[in-house]
Amino acid sequence: MKHIIVIGGGVAGMQCAAELAAHNFKVTLLEKDSDMGGKIRGWHKLFPTFTPADEVLSGLRLKLAQAQNITIMTGSKAVEISSTKVALASGKELECDAVVIATGYTLFDARIKEEYGYGIYDNVITSADLEEMFNKGDVRMKDGSTPRRIAILHCVGSRDEKVCQRHCSKVCCVTGVKQAIELKQLYPAADVFNFYMDIRMFGPGYEEMYREAQQTYNVHFVRGRISEVSPNIDKRLQIKAEDTLTGRPLRMGVDMLVLLTGMRANDDNSHFAANSNLRCQPSGFMQPRDSFLHNTESNVEGIFYAGAITAPKNVGEALNDGATAALRVKAWLESKK
Amino acid sequence: MKRNSWTDYQKDIADDHYYYARSCIRQNFFPGSEKAFLNILSKDLERDIFDDPLHTSCTGIGYHSDVVPLETIMTVVARQFALMNDAGYENFTSSCITSFGIYTELLATWEEFPETEEKTRENLYKATGREFKKPKNLAHTSDIIFHHREAIAQKAKRKLVNVYTGEPLKVVEHIGCHYAKIFPKSGIGGSEFPYVLAGMVESWGGELVDYSERRHCCGFGFRNYLVQANRGYSISNSHRKLESMAPYKPDFIVCNCPGCSMFLDKWQYTIAEMDGTIYGQNGAGIPVLTYEEMAGLVLGYDPWELGMQMHQVDVEPLLDKMGVEYDPSAKYLGKNGKYMGRPDKAVVNSYSCNDARYFIKR
Amino acid sequence: MINFGFSINKPRVIDLNRNNLNKSKEVIKEMPELQACIGCGSCTATCTAGNLTEFNFRKVHTLVRRGEYQGAYEEMNKCMLCGKCRLVCPRGINTRGVVMLIKRKLGDF
Repeated sequence: MKHIIVIGGGVAGMQCAAELAAHNFKVTLLEKDSDMGGKIRGWHKLFPTFTPADEVLSGLRLKLAQAQNITIMTGSKAVEISSTKVALASGKELECDAVVIATGYTLFDARIKEEYGYGIYDNVITSADLEEMFNKGDVRMKDGSTPRRIAILHCVGSRDEKVCQRHCSKVCCVTGVKQAIELKQLYPAADVFNFYMDIRMFGPGYEEMYREAQQTYNVHFVRGRISEVSPNIDKRLQIKAEDTLTGRPLRMGVDMLVLLTGMRANDDNSHFAANSNLRCQPSGFMQPRDSFLHNTESNVEGIFYAGAITAPKNVGEALNDGATAALRVKAWLESKK
Repeated sequence: MKRNSWTDYQKDIADDHYYYARSCIRQNFFPGSEKAFLNILSKDLERDIFDDPLHTSCTGIGYHSDVVPLETIMTVVARQFALMNDAGYENFTSSCITSFGIYTELLATWEEFPETEEKTRENLYKATGREFKKPKNLAHTSDIIFHHREAIAQKAKRKLVNVYTGEPLKVVEHIGCHYAKIFPKSGIGGSEFPYVLAGMVESWGGELVDYSERRHCCGFGFRNYLVQANRGYSISNSHRKLESMAPYKPDFIVCNCPGCSMFLDKWQYTIAEMDGTIYGQNGAGIPVLTYEEMAGLVLGYDPWELGMQMHQVDVEPLLDKMGVEYDPSAKYLGKNGKYMGRPDKAVVNSYSCNDARYFIKR
Repeated sequence: MINFGFSINKPRVIDLNRNNLNKSKEVIKEMPELQACIGCGSCTATCTAGNLTEFNFRKVHTLVRRGEYQGAYEEMNKCMLCGKCRLVCPRGINTRGVVMLIKRKLGDF
């Protein structure tokens, strides 16, 4: 029985491992954290259907639990990768016939955008923090009061030369719209403003959700990037932006500012690239063999990719990648016979 | 106020042996500050600092007003470095933020475009027969006071505390744009949350005010104030800052830039004369201090020796709050003891002696 | 009062803390579809009046939504009510209705 190692136990990795097992491979799924699920564990509901993230995760867990021949190794970080061997941080080495890298992405650290004061001003939070608040059912300001005006800022750590993240993280726009709707559902009297550079509604149902946010939920959309956040005398956050559609600077106090933090490449991508002859893109994400017919394969025979390791992706795309990569592994191994 | 980033933005500041470059305009507007800096360094801190009469303006104001070309200013800066080499120093410190910005920017330009450095060496040699070595360390004088802030705190005669209430004084710090907005790494704490003045205020017992226009430019803007008709740009920016800080009732403003200290002080006079608005309490403006004056008061210097009588906004209410002993009758006496005249009454100084307990002494 | 030969410029900023948003809220409440504007500008591109005057329908209604009412009524008076903007709007906003609504709400400004 051929042995495949899947590195990374997020949605792409879980899907890929389950699919590989269904194709009668022996699978080892490596996860560096203590639990499977990756980023989605922290998410509340998924756009555009408001499906609880937990529902997707438990579906995947069930699929893994029912599969034969899967060894799940949590707390296991891969440090060296080749198509026949994976070395773990513990010093242990695992032999294999193929490897799927599904280590995903890293959330941009919003503190780097100092001008927004994340970590300095109490009520500046990230989209990930907000998801956690939704999960706890406790969306409030630091002092416990109810926000009356909330700003959501798009493209924090995306499309930004200043922080070396030129790429678009793709899912933040729709996350901003989703979170705006959820905030309005929670606090109908609050005013919610989305500050965007472009609205990129790439998926099915996204544009419709955007329109619903505008028309049904009366979410305000201002085209302009917030340049600076500071406190004002009422202990609110003062934000400055340009309302580019009127060509005038705009200023207001808000109770809460949500930063839609982008997806950036993992720090260890370049390490893998250097030690395993894999190729990185200028954005730091891994370069698939090509963008069309071999987009879940690496440039190295026997090493495959699934999920956001190659580019920012939404959950659905990551799941598709997981299944595709499994089929590619199978086809490759069969072609070697 | 929480500032997480200042430890990330650190720079090397030489501990001793400084070559001092003065500012053009400070010598007119705050003439006591540069002298105080030299005294604090050499007498209080026992450091070696050389005040070279041979150095010139860096021509930064001319450069930013489009009358001095880039090649010229590079050559002038190169000459300052050559003078520093002649005097046997390696650590260059400038009193002016514009100059500091010019020096950092030109050193970076020479680094990025070595051909411009070669050209400058050639120009300097042709013009003066001199050659130069770049400084080992470049710091603004506020960096140096920051560097020695704990030593100053140990020698302090008084703190930034209201002697009547025991409360820390509320201080607005304002950083010159060219200190860290050109290269955030060149400033202590970076450009968004600079710590250079904040560190001094905290070490000496004061409390900082973080207000919404803290990072806004004072409006100096070179060509915007040089032409009378354009001064509306300039004053509007100071106006915006003052409007934003006034509700916090700050006890004083401290700046590290010659232009900012001048405009935040003098525009308060102008605004008061234009529309009667006074931003301080009880009919007094908000005193604007240089960091040397602030350090000088902490170290027990006489306010008139620090040149504080040259301020447009009277500093007496602040001196009273801090419990500084001073002789009101000596305010307008020059260094030679002769009366040097006093300014006309101004709306910005229309506080009355009976308004507050701070004014008991007057 | 001294004349210094220059004056303090009025801020150009749209200050949502100072602006009274009541009228703006009324406009949006009566015509929520106006919030669905994506700022594409096709209304202004096709506007009969806007091709001959400074009139910019998109900008005026955006300003009204931000609580900037000064001059909006006079601006909307430039509209010739031809209805071309309504034909081109990709969001199906009743643009002529917006003109009439803003005029009705902001007659006083």
